[in-house]
Amino acid sequence: MRGRSTRPHAACVWLSQFLMVLTVGCAGNQSMFNPQGPAARRIADLGLLMIAICLVVYLVVIAVAAWSLLRQRQASDDSAQTTARLGAIVAGAVAVTAAILVTLTAVSAAAGRGLTSPTSQDTVTVDVIGHQWWWAFQYRSDKPQDFVTTPNELHVPVGVPVILRAQSRDVIHSFWVPNLQGKRDLIPGQITTTWIQADRAGVYRGQCAEFCGHQHAKMAFVVVAEPMDAFQQWLQRQRQPAAEPTGDQERHGRDVFLQSTCVTCHTIRGTDAGARVGPELTHVGSRQTIAAGTLPNSVEHLRMWVANPPSIKPGTRMPPHGLSPEDFEAVVSYLRSLE
Amino acid sequence: MSSRPVIDVSPLPKFAFGHKGLIWWGTTGFMVIEGSMFVMALIVYFYLRLKVDQWPPSLPNPDIGFATANLLLILASCLPNAFAKKAAERFDLGKVRLWLVVLSLIGVVALVLRAFEYTQLNCRWDDNAYGSIVWLLLSLHTVHVATDVVDGAVLTALMFIGPVTDRRFVDVSENSLYWYFIVAWWIPIYLTIYFAPRWL
Amino acid sequence: MESGSGQSGAPVERVEPYPDAAAEARLRRQLEETWHVPAGFLGWFAVTDHRTIGRRYIATAFVFFLIGGVLAALMRIQLAVPDNHFLGPDLYNQVFTMHGTVMMFLFAVPVMEAMAVYLVPLMVGTRNIAFPRLNTFSYFVYLFGGIMVIVAMLVNSAPDAGWFAYVPLSGPDYTPGKRADFWAQLITFTEVAALAVAVEIVATVFKMRAPGMSLNRIPLFVWSMLVTAFMIIFAMPAVVLGSTFLLLDRLVGTHFYNPAEGGDALLWQHLFWFFGHPEVYIIFVPALGMVSAIVATFTQRPIFGYRAMVLSLVATGFIGFGLWVHHMFATGLPQLGLTYFTAASMIISIPSGVQIFCWIASIWRGHPRLATPMLFVLGFIAIFVLGGLSGVTLASVPFDLQVHDTYYVVAHFHYVLLGGAVFPLIGALYFWFPKITGRMMSERLGVLNFWTLFIGFNVTFFPMHILGFQGMPRRVYTYPAEMGWGPLNLVATAGAVLLIAGGALFVFNAVRSYVAGTIAGDDPWHGETLEWATASPPPVYNFLHIPVIEGRHAMWDRSLAPPVVTGLRSDCREVLITDVMGAEPVHAYELPEPSIWPFLCSIVTSAFFVGSIFTPWALPVSILPLTVTLIGWFWPKPHPNLRGDQPLVRPVEAEG
Repeated sequence: MRGRSTRPHAACVWLSQFLMVLTVGCAGNQSMFNPQGPAARRIADLGLLMIAICLVVYLVVIAVAAWSLLRQRQASDDSAQTTARLGAIVAGAVAVTAAILVTLTAVSAAAGRGLTSPTSQDTVTVDVIGHQWWWAFQYRSDKPQDFVTTPNELHVPVGVPVILRAQSRDVIHSFWVPNLQGKRDLIPGQITTTWIQADRAGVYRGQCAEFCGHQHAKMAFVVVAEPMDAFQQWLQRQRQPAAEPTGDQERHGRDVFLQSTCVTCHTIRGTDAGARVGPELTHVGSRQTIAAGTLPNSVEHLRMWVANPPSIKPGTRMPPHGLSPEDFEAVVSYLRSLE
Repeated sequence: MSSRPVIDVSPLPKFAFGHKGLIWWGTTGFMVIEGSMFVMALIVYFYLRLKVDQWPPSLPNPDIGFATANLLLILASCLPNAFAKKAAERFDLGKVRLWLVVLSLIGVVALVLRAFEYTQLNCRWDDNAYGSIVWLLLSLHTVHVATDVVDGAVLTALMFIGPVTDRRFVDVSENSLYWYFIVAWWIPIYLTIYFAPRWL
Repeated sequence: MESGSGQSGAPVERVEPYPDAAAEARLRRQLEETWHVPAGFLGWFAVTDHRTIGRRYIATAFVFFLIGGVLAALMRIQLAVPDNHFLGPDLYNQVFTMHGTVMMFLFAVPVMEAMAVYLVPLMVGTRNIAFPRLNTFSYFVYLFGGIMVIVAMLVNSAPDAGWFAYVPLSGPDYTPGKRADFWAQLITFTEVAALAVAVEIVATVFKMRAPGMSLNRIPLFVWSMLVTAFMIIFAMPAVVLGSTFLLLDRLVGTHFYNPAEGGDALLWQHLFWFFGHPEVYIIFVPALGMVSAIVATFTQRPIFGYRAMVLSLVATGFIGFGLWVHHMFATGLPQLGLTYFTAASMIISIPSGVQIFCWIASIWRGHPRLATPMLFVLGFIAIFVLGGLSGVTLASVPFDLQVHDTYYVVAHFHYVLLGGAVFPLIGALYFWFPKITGRMMSERLGVLNFWTLFIGFNVTFFPMHILGFQGMPRRVYTYPAEMGWGPLNLVATAGAVLLIAGGALFVFNAVRSYVAGTIAGDDPWHGETLEWATASPPPVYNFLHIPVIEGRHAMWDRSLAPPVVTGLRSDCREVLITDVMGAEPVHAYELPEPSIWPFLCSIVTSAFFVGSIFTPWALPVSILPLTVTLIGWFWPKPHPNLRGDQPLVRPVEAEG
């Protein structure tokens, strides 16, 4: 059944695969190949090295296979001598494979050793607490009243390693900000540790990387890296209780808030609202995003979110507000004022 | 092309005891599967043990009375089991019937003792992870004992009711093999449930 | 003629004159009658013939494959553009969970076992698989488990916690209702079915080989299925235990996975992945055997390096058990342990590499012919090697910590599963279709089929490597436009369209060829192994005479007048049991007749499994019916078989 010529067919198979392999991944905002810190850089370098080696191996294997397919057969192919030679070549290929694998294992282990903990001793420690479907970042301090908890936004000083002690309040989540570090799972019942360090000021997006239920897809956060003094100022501001509302609408908004079901889930320090079911709102106005990185923080988005959370994140535990339109506007303006 | 008969297998027997025969491979296959499950369950017990400081966590140790009696009983049952197996391999129907009945009775007593063991565990399956794994280990073994007792009872009935043919004696031999398996696994499970909390 | 207690009879070796045509015709008629497949409506449920059960298994697995494919299509539609509203999160989560669950548990493992059920008895030269009633039982348990979970899906109760259902998400606190219970019990159904077939395969391969087929003459496909069967036997208990713990936590309040009461969320992962990693080799190793069969036939040369090939199959089986923690690199386990698992995960490429190199050597020295099965093998090499290499990168802990749980992993496992298992499987179906149905599949359509699938596959899954690098996690029902993931997702969806077309083309080719394909004859490909020695499709008794094997390549080493076994009874279902090492005849054995009891037992078993999702009372209620059906299954025939068994009890003094 040799009705067609075999060479073009075979060649096509190999060529198409080859071209596929040439298109390598590149950078983007949440890309691991856009490293902004020492850990991510180390991993990116390791990744590129491994990919390069794998590419070469792949091309060699495909080329040899193609040649084996297309070569001219000879009478001596079945001889004992050829068989012995083939055996030696196969053994050689296995040896080369083993050598490459040993090298990769060693290179990987070396890269890994530098990643488990930061070299510097000057560190900041933050607790990461995962919830379905938002993040709490807690900055401890000597005095309990100075603890700061910010939801979905992690501020870090540039150039300083930040130790993260991670745990979950419910199911397994995974903390991952690719520009800075590999991921670490948050497992209920235990504390896992990792660290990140940003070498440049900027905003880096991260996202939950372990399937955790309905809104796993929209459980993001941002890491804001700023110079140390800016960071300290930010931390100081976060320690303050909620700003007193200045306008009438904002004051009315606060009253409505404190009398509505909002207080069953949310804390606003400086008021009587102290529940910890949902994210803390003390400084919600100053955050970059809301709804766990789902929407940029603006009046319009805040309105959309508070009006009908299930329409943005179906399955969320936050119910629609059930307030009158005026009360609703008042609450929104109050929340916007909490910078 | 016509074929050329070169081996005549008609003189061969129609069955074989032990690993020469086919059934043994099925029995052994299932013993390996169940054995792997027992191994895993024991590993889980110790995995959970290593997670806590106190073991059992806020619960008393299980009492060993009924369990030890049961252990001694089923260890002793190896004797009638061996007799049954040997009688089967000799095609001694009378002895096979006798020892199968003895084993069935022992099996029933073992199950009764096992029921009492549950009351002496001093924990419930839903107390904590310790209670869960203890009940699971015991129940895994109990299911095997119960299945084999029922199995053995049916086989005993068959050896009385008939038809009794040579292959039935192979079945008796295989059944004995499986009972050894069940006895053997009771030893590590017994030691784990009843003595790991005392020794570790 | 005496048949003693094992020692007295020995096979007689002698050469007789060729039997005449009339005798052969009589033998044929008698074998047809003895081994007949029961007809009629009830008869359909009582069949114990391995070819029939094998065909049913393959067909059923393919239906599940198509269902899994439709689920994938739904996912790709939802992900084609950012912020899409085609599927909401609840539905999407059910769809992706069912896609993985159906593909892994209801398609991949069963179809490989099904190929073994059909082919292994033929390849080793016997008339049926060992424990044929168990085989029937296994098929129905598998079928009912599949039906259960599909029905659950249709009533909006599909499992939705992913195909590996991590706790606590799948536990009682975070998955209300019965979704996770259906999932966990599906495991029980499919593992019972798979374990049963695994035991049958081991027994068949070890004890029912034709005389002359010593261990070093066993075909590579049979070796691959033997290794797979052992992997199934050792791997599945872990997941049976783990899923039982999950069911108990959900149903009766145990605390295996509850950290608040001494349980451990990671315990689930250890138990699942201890099974889960060998599981992918359970899917992949049979494909290695299929590739060997195809390469040998389409180069018309023995596979290069038989011993190395066998050893690498065995090595893969062993090493595969030592890798499981590479699924858990992000969980914060101690570094030293992780390094071991990196090394092991790298080392397993070596036996796979041996296989690839030996096939390339086989192609080099053979006379390759690019019929459709061989095209799929070439596609397999191109795709699987890439998948294997991405696997090597995943073995590195630091790299894995970036790409774990991203689309890079999705790309990797589809490259190794689709490339490494499905491409060989499709090739194998093109290859063995003539044997199973008696007709050839269309070669023209086959070539088109290959290219559609090959291009479709790469267009769908290659971009996913890049999406992983760009930070797209797995299992997300949508993604924001600003992430820039839209274009590559659209490309992937376009590729999926081609894949669907390829799937449809395969079904079309198969159906059309079944009805109107060219008649194949016994051995259209000039094959190497024994199944090509008999008619296409094989008669219900497989071989007129049990062959005596003359070399490693049963067909190519066969002499002009092939030697056969004589003396097996043709008036009852007698098969030849041989010894493990050299396949010397040991005894004859009468396999049981077809029976409705395995089916009835599967009904009771399935009712028990489903019932226990809802109440623990299912257990006591099921005991009696189970016992009754098992007694019906195993109780020997009411009249002593004067033909097979000895009718009388022997006196005590007749020692062997």
